[in-house]
Amino acid sequence: MTTRIVDLRKGILEKNDLLAQSLRGRFTDAGVRVSNWVSSPGSGKTALLEALLTTAVERGISAAALVGDCATDNDAIRLARSGAPVRQIVTESMCHLESEMISTYLEGWDLATIDLLVVENVGNLVCPTAYDLGEDTRVALISVTEGEDKPLKYPQLFHSADVIVITKTDIAAAVEWDRDAALAAIRSVNPAAPIIETSARTGDGVLDLLDLLTDLTLTHSTQLQEAP
Amino acid sequence: MHELSVAHAVVSTVLDALPSPDTRVLQVRLRVGELSGLVPQALEFAYDVAAQGTPLADAVLVIERSPIIIACTTCGDQPIASATDFRCPVCGEPCGDVVGGKELEILDITLDDTALANADLVGA
Ligand SMILES: Nc1nc2c(ncn2[C@@H]2O[C@H](COP(=O)(O)OP(=O)(O)O)[C@@H](O)[C@H]2O)c(=O)[nH]1
Ligand SMILES: [Mg+2]
Ligand SMILES: [Zn+2]
Repeated sequence: MTTRIVDLRKGILEKNDLLAQSLRGRFTDAGVRVSNWVSSPGSGKTALLEALLTTAVERGISAAALVGDCATDNDAIRLARSGAPVRQIVTESMCHLESEMISTYLEGWDLATIDLLVVENVGNLVCPTAYDLGEDTRVALISVTEGEDKPLKYPQLFHSADVIVITKTDIAAAVEWDRDAALAAIRSVNPAAPIIETSARTGDGVLDLLDLLTDLTLTHSTQLQEAP
Repeated sequence: MHELSVAHAVVSTVLDALPSPDTRVLQVRLRVGELSGLVPQALEFAYDVAAQGTPLADAVLVIERSPIIIACTTCGDQPIASATDFRCPVCGEPCGDVVGGKELEILDITLDDTALANADLVGA
């Protein structure tokens, strides 16, 4: 038998990465800040996003959202109450969003009129980590009900985040959330990303997050990580 | 888990690289970084499923793991042992600046060239 070794040296997710890169170019050209929100199901992405979009609309910031979910469009219906344009991406069996879905679901939206686009990824702490969506800011969220060591159990995601958001702080005392332990766990996997503590119920931290996600002077992750 | 979609991406990338559609693939070598979020065993299992009925069906999957490497401002590039502790192993400073460990790539493939070599002989 004659055998031959062929060097490929090809990224396995190259197709996704190339499209994400071209989306990133379109977003930058149109002046859209884009964030990709990743967390476990139920950690409060949609509730926080609803508060964030409502605040954005009040302040005259033009915000829009794409929401990924396996089956229903409940989240999009909840979010549309904010008055911002929202589209649901139903992924069926997919456990994560890919750049092609973003590209498809953006069709018909004039990017030039959007300041902030938020993508709520499918609730999953593992799979979305590997897929670039063309975002400038990846946001990892952890709720106070999930346990302080979540970042240590899913270090790849928390490491890859440009901003880390703690949610549901209004019930922190009731669930005996150990804030110091959580911050230490976050810092051991991600020494520099800004950490924002929020509650969709009280509105705490929503404005801080909005400021961070819309600040046009911060255009990529390395700059973000240097923010105080 | 997204190992199945990654496995399908491996198979379709390899198929695109074959000189002819019936070339048999003997081995596929991947590099998978410790920060890629992929579990090698799960990927092997998914690969077996994705390769079925293709020229990769009998190909051995070899997964090479690559370590997480941080760029310490004082000590330079240093490998770290675990994704849960981003501190320089030499000076102990926290450092999240990664220069290695996210790899997810196909290094090379080994093909059975017998058919092609025979064709060459016939042609000669
Ligand atoms: N107390 C409290 N509950 C919240 C908060 N945010 C979300 N929840 C609740 O947590 C559950 C899941 O929230 P949801 O936004 O759907 O999570 P998602 O799956 O990450 O989008 C719902 O029952 C929400 O009412 C919060 O800030 N405080
Ligand atoms: Mg949701
Ligand atoms: Zn060092």
